[in-house]
Amino acid sequence: MHDAHFPLPDLLFGIPALLAIGIYIGAVLITNRRGRLRKWPWLRMVSFVAGVFFAAVALIGPLARQSHTDFTAHMAGHLLLGMLAPLLVALAAPMTLILRTINVHLARKLSRLLQSSFVGFFTHPIVAAVLNIGGLWLLYTTDLYATMHSNFLLHIIVHVHVFLAGYLFTISLVYIDPIFHRFSYTYRTVVFIVALAGHGILSKFIYAYPPAGVPVEQARVGAMLMYYGGDAVDLLLIFILFKHWYQSVRPRKLVSMSGKAV
Amino acid sequence: MTMTHNVNAHSDNRVTFARRNLWSGILFGLGFVAFLDETLFHQLLHWHKFYDKSTVAVGLISDGLFHAFSWFATVGGLFLVADLRRRDALWHKLWWGGKLLGGGAFQLYDGTIQHKLMRIHQIRYNVDILPYDLIWNISAAIMIVVGIGLIASAKRDKRVENGAFSNA
Repeated sequence: MHDAHFPLPDLLFGIPALLAIGIYIGAVLITNRRGRLRKWPWLRMVSFVAGVFFAAVALIGPLARQSHTDFTAHMAGHLLLGMLAPLLVALAAPMTLILRTINVHLARKLSRLLQSSFVGFFTHPIVAAVLNIGGLWLLYTTDLYATMHSNFLLHIIVHVHVFLAGYLFTISLVYIDPIFHRFSYTYRTVVFIVALAGHGILSKFIYAYPPAGVPVEQARVGAMLMYYGGDAVDLLLIFILFKHWYQSVRPRKLVSMSGKAV
Repeated sequence: MTMTHNVNAHSDNRVTFARRNLWSGILFGLGFVAFLDETLFHQLLHWHKFYDKSTVAVGLISDGLFHAFSWFATVGGLFLVADLRRRDALWHKLWWGGKLLGGGAFQLYDGTIQHKLMRIHQIRYNVDILPYDLIWNISAAIMIVVGIGLIASAKRDKRVENGAFSNA
């Protein structure tokens, strides 16, 4: 059988993914040629490409196809799309790259938008955590999960939501790109602990009460994957958050004594 | 001369950051015991169950909160150690006292409230559970007692030191 045509979701997610990678690399190459700017760290480029790649793996290709019928595969995809990909993309500082690529006039407009209360609302740690973890509770404890597989539009919306909510959650906790509505380390840590607990509790809830239409064995393996996979990605996030905290309270005196201070 | 100055500075730093030493130890101890529980009893021995049908609802919440908190406690406790070291203020005796106290307190909470009252899971299944529960909780109590002893001893050292300096 000749299978040259791609199904609709592959195109719908694949083209934006390729575009995002192309634009990011293009912006890096263009701005690196401007003498007054520092060279963009290549690790950030690697991080961005990897992030988009992992998100795409969850949306198109064999894992995505298998996840329609296999809950464990679905959960592996969810970990990539909702946790690992957002973290890698956030580490790539895409907003900083945009701001240094566009002209000053546009950059001012964009930074005004970032300062707006609208953006402030969605990057509030509690709002982002509720969108992220609350969304998952909604997906796995109601009929949404079963409905999603028969409704194409809902399928798209849920997957876009999982990535965006994961991204908002990440940037509301670790500040890599400029963020104008900032919260203390203590505040972010407390919200993060409660959110991670909500994720762990949901994993065990799925183990005990599988979503409609999911066989018990698949639900159990999937739930454990969610629990431990979530731990692994969040450990990275905790490490970054605390590393920033550690650096922010560096004792000034010792630095000047070692002769490194300006 | 400079040597005495450094020793004095070190013991001054330790006293200034005594609370931080204690909390760093407590947090790391809690995280470390939770980590051992997970690797040893869940993953390697397969004695603990991921989920036990008799778990009460509040048990699921308690387990989730402590599991999440233990990650933050481990990483945060170690970053505090790094912070104390760069300030030349790490106080080993007080830190170990805190570690044993935090680890023992969590193990006792896990062994009594979480295992027995909330029934999140038992230490092991299809065996006479009593000796397991006794060893678990008695070892927790020993950790707490030794931990408190070390903390008290560290505080005594501080008083003696202060006395010596005031006489000099």
